[in-house]
Amino acid sequence: MIDEILSRASKVSDSAEVFQVNAAETPVSFETNRLKQITTRQSKGVSLRLIRNGKLGFATASGEVKPQDLVKRAAEAAEFGAKAHFELPASYSHREMQIFDPEVEKLSQDKMIGMGQGLIDSVCAHNSELKCDARVVKAVVDVNIANSRGSAANYKKSIFHIEVEGTLIRGTDMLFVGDGDTSCNPVTDYRQIAGAVIEQLELAKENVSMPTKILPVIFTPHGVVSALLSPLVTAFNGRVVFQGASPLGHRKGEKVFQDNISLWDDATVPFKPSSRPWDDEGIPSQRNSLIEKGVVSNFLYDLQTGGMAKAKSTGNASRAMGGMPAPMASALIISAGETSLEDMLNGMEEGLLIENLMGAEQGNVMGWDFSGNVLLGYRVEKGKVVGRVKNAIVAGNIYELLRDGVILSKDSRWVYGHLSTPYIYVARLSVAGKG
Amino acid sequence: MKNKNIDTQEQLTSILSTTQAEYMEIRLEESETTRVQYRGREIEDIVSSTAVGGNVRALVKGGWGFVSFNDIDRLKEWATLAVNQAKQTGKEASSFSFLPPVKDRVNLEKVKKDPANISLSEKKELMDQYNEVIWSIPGIQTSIVGYADGQKHVTFANSEGSFIEQSRKDVSLRVSAVARDGGEVQQAGLSIGSKGDFSKVENLHSQVKTTAKLAVDLLSAPKVKGGEYTVVLDPVLAGVFVHEAFGHLSESDFIYENPQLKEIMTLGRKFGGKHLNIADGAAIPGLRGSFTYDDEGTPSTKTYLIKDGILVGRLHSRETAAKMGEKPTGNARAVDYRFAPIVRMPNTIIEPGQASLEDLLKGIVEGVYVKNWYGGTTSMEMFTFSAGEAYMIRNGKIAEPIRPVVLTGNVFTTLENIDAIANDLDMNQGGGCGKGGQFPLPVSNGSPHIRIQHCLVGGR
Repeated sequence: MIDEILSRASKVSDSAEVFQVNAAETPVSFETNRLKQITTRQSKGVSLRLIRNGKLGFATASGEVKPQDLVKRAAEAAEFGAKAHFELPASYSHREMQIFDPEVEKLSQDKMIGMGQGLIDSVCAHNSELKCDARVVKAVVDVNIANSRGSAANYKKSIFHIEVEGTLIRGTDMLFVGDGDTSCNPVTDYRQIAGAVIEQLELAKENVSMPTKILPVIFTPHGVVSALLSPLVTAFNGRVVFQGASPLGHRKGEKVFQDNISLWDDATVPFKPSSRPWDDEGIPSQRNSLIEKGVVSNFLYDLQTGGMAKAKSTGNASRAMGGMPAPMASALIISAGETSLEDMLNGMEEGLLIENLMGAEQGNVMGWDFSGNVLLGYRVEKGKVVGRVKNAIVAGNIYELLRDGVILSKDSRWVYGHLSTPYIYVARLSVAGKG
Repeated sequence: MKNKNIDTQEQLTSILSTTQAEYMEIRLEESETTRVQYRGREIEDIVSSTAVGGNVRALVKGGWGFVSFNDIDRLKEWATLAVNQAKQTGKEASSFSFLPPVKDRVNLEKVKKDPANISLSEKKELMDQYNEVIWSIPGIQTSIVGYADGQKHVTFANSEGSFIEQSRKDVSLRVSAVARDGGEVQQAGLSIGSKGDFSKVENLHSQVKTTAKLAVDLLSAPKVKGGEYTVVLDPVLAGVFVHEAFGHLSESDFIYENPQLKEIMTLGRKFGGKHLNIADGAAIPGLRGSFTYDDEGTPSTKTYLIKDGILVGRLHSRETAAKMGEKPTGNARAVDYRFAPIVRMPNTIIEPGQASLEDLLKGIVEGVYVKNWYGGTTSMEMFTFSAGEAYMIRNGKIAEPIRPVVLTGNVFTTLENIDAIANDLDMNQGGGCGKGGQFPLPVSNGSPHIRIQHCLVGGR
């Protein structure tokens, strides 16, 4: 079918590219400590991008594809489309990458049910009042790309995901705890996940209030995701940079952050769910340094944005929801530091340990301001966690936060396979509390 | 739009009538979407998409099997798989409200201007104009103008003998203006949506201009000091507030299997003052979230959630209604064929009171007036919502602009803290709601201006 689309498209365009994804996904879902639903998702999608008279046209079809219709719609769109600032690659890379484990495909539904129930049971053994939802998911994705210049490539990826979310209700007080992991291998040992959730339950035993003042704060790896991930992803997006809307766009080569901070994007780490041999335009994946010892070093580009910005594609094209390729981070890694979490806490006379900040990604992300409710966080006094903070909101600016006074823990971890980060200590954050 | 490959009704009936499941439903969906997006001065993409897909859901002994697919011609195979998955899941008695079968066909509502009759070049031309309006404002760094329209035809059939065909259209426009001064970046946005009426996204030039000016003005606005304030919300943000702060808590799939939550949400519990009335429903005509049957084939209703400050109702699917011994309310919705229906809001409203905006502002020595939205989210107990525009209130008057703020609170105390409701109900039709990975579901919400005492505001 790909050949038929390309041959029809070639007749009405200068060049054309077909991108096809076939996927099979099986989530096993638990609700309130019990197995609730087994799902199978079969999906087939194809998209055609063509360049006609120097302009881009794009059309997609899920399910039934009529090649003639797809080509007609893409050609129509090209009439009004954006000017193409790139050429389709003359050849695609065929390198191997470790992202497929046949064990994922082989996992039986019974085994998955056993894992989910086992995870719930080990968390509930710690607190029998806890009500848990859980998900165990296996998926296999088959990705094909081909273009009218005669090049084609294919890869297959397996994904395994396991997570648990517990709710503990006392009166109208609700506590939400949870953790999980995503990988291209089956995660058969869920003890670490259960252990992390149990630790959250232990730290959150007592509720305490928070004063309104400027305080030092430690973000746990989950806390980093909830507070910092979306502003960072936005600021290093080459498209945002090219439009002049990134707070870092004009600062490449400048030292903007404290020199212990390095950040890179890497889609080549074996068996991570974001890894891939090439991006959604067939450009080979690579490790892209974004912050090198506090200095802004590069941004993330796809072919079109790279062409407009007179930069090279960094292999970061992504077609979220079957749309046009756009630059997007794949897997971000924040450098680890040298301090243990204990020492970080010990140095804290009064402060806050944040595990989950709610609503932080919904503010002025481009302006690098963030603000959110401390959904799960703990008050720290004289180096010790004294209880769970309720009714508190924090607000700050990423740039001011990471400029100085930052301490990074020596241990870091992957959060759902998309970000690897240490605990991050920041010296000053505005906290507003009730009562 | 009609898939000619299958004689739909006959095939569905044959599969459903012989199923081993206690209940089975099949949804088939065909859709077409067009999207036009500008980023900066240039057009970024024009995308035309089609999708053909479906799903089968089966219930056996309280357990569900759900299969979604693009290969419609393998329907029989998918149905068998769904039943097997349900058998593997179910271990106890099912709770499910069985309904009398419905045979109906719901055609597209008549709209003033059907986007299907408007050429791509005309759509592009209008977006071009809006983009030009943004760029005419000095200080603008970049712009995003995103337009989308879609049409969907859904065939629903179940083992009770229902066969329902529904068509719906949706039109949405999102405009963002971004202003920059050195390292400072500020943005302002406008979201408009309608149930398929293109005329609703026309003639917005002056609103787009105001949005662009706002982004520039925000650069010089100061940040508020964090803390508790008396806040006054405009109808748009108050709509987002009622959706986040209370609407999601009324979705019974969160409550029905949790004894503590059932106790918290006991009907008759006092949530607010006598002046507080909150309703939700898809049967309220003419709104973006309105429909005739939900995705389980239940006829839509209008449900009072709070009447005179007292909890009087909640939103149900057929399963949650049966488990709680209440009637289904027609609130089971799925964003598309890839998902099973879950309990969702269609149109959520705080009903108007008697006061004027001036009455609400009167007597506030120092407070915050918030307008428009960026977003909002909830944990059920705690919610946050972010304003697109904010001003200080000083001595009963709206005073200087400040940077947009995030507000947060606890639903059980915040509804009690709504001490005044104005008479100027307005609906926000531009929202898309996300839950359980299903996003964006067309919803609307609305309210008059409301005043909340002791609201926590994030800031310096």
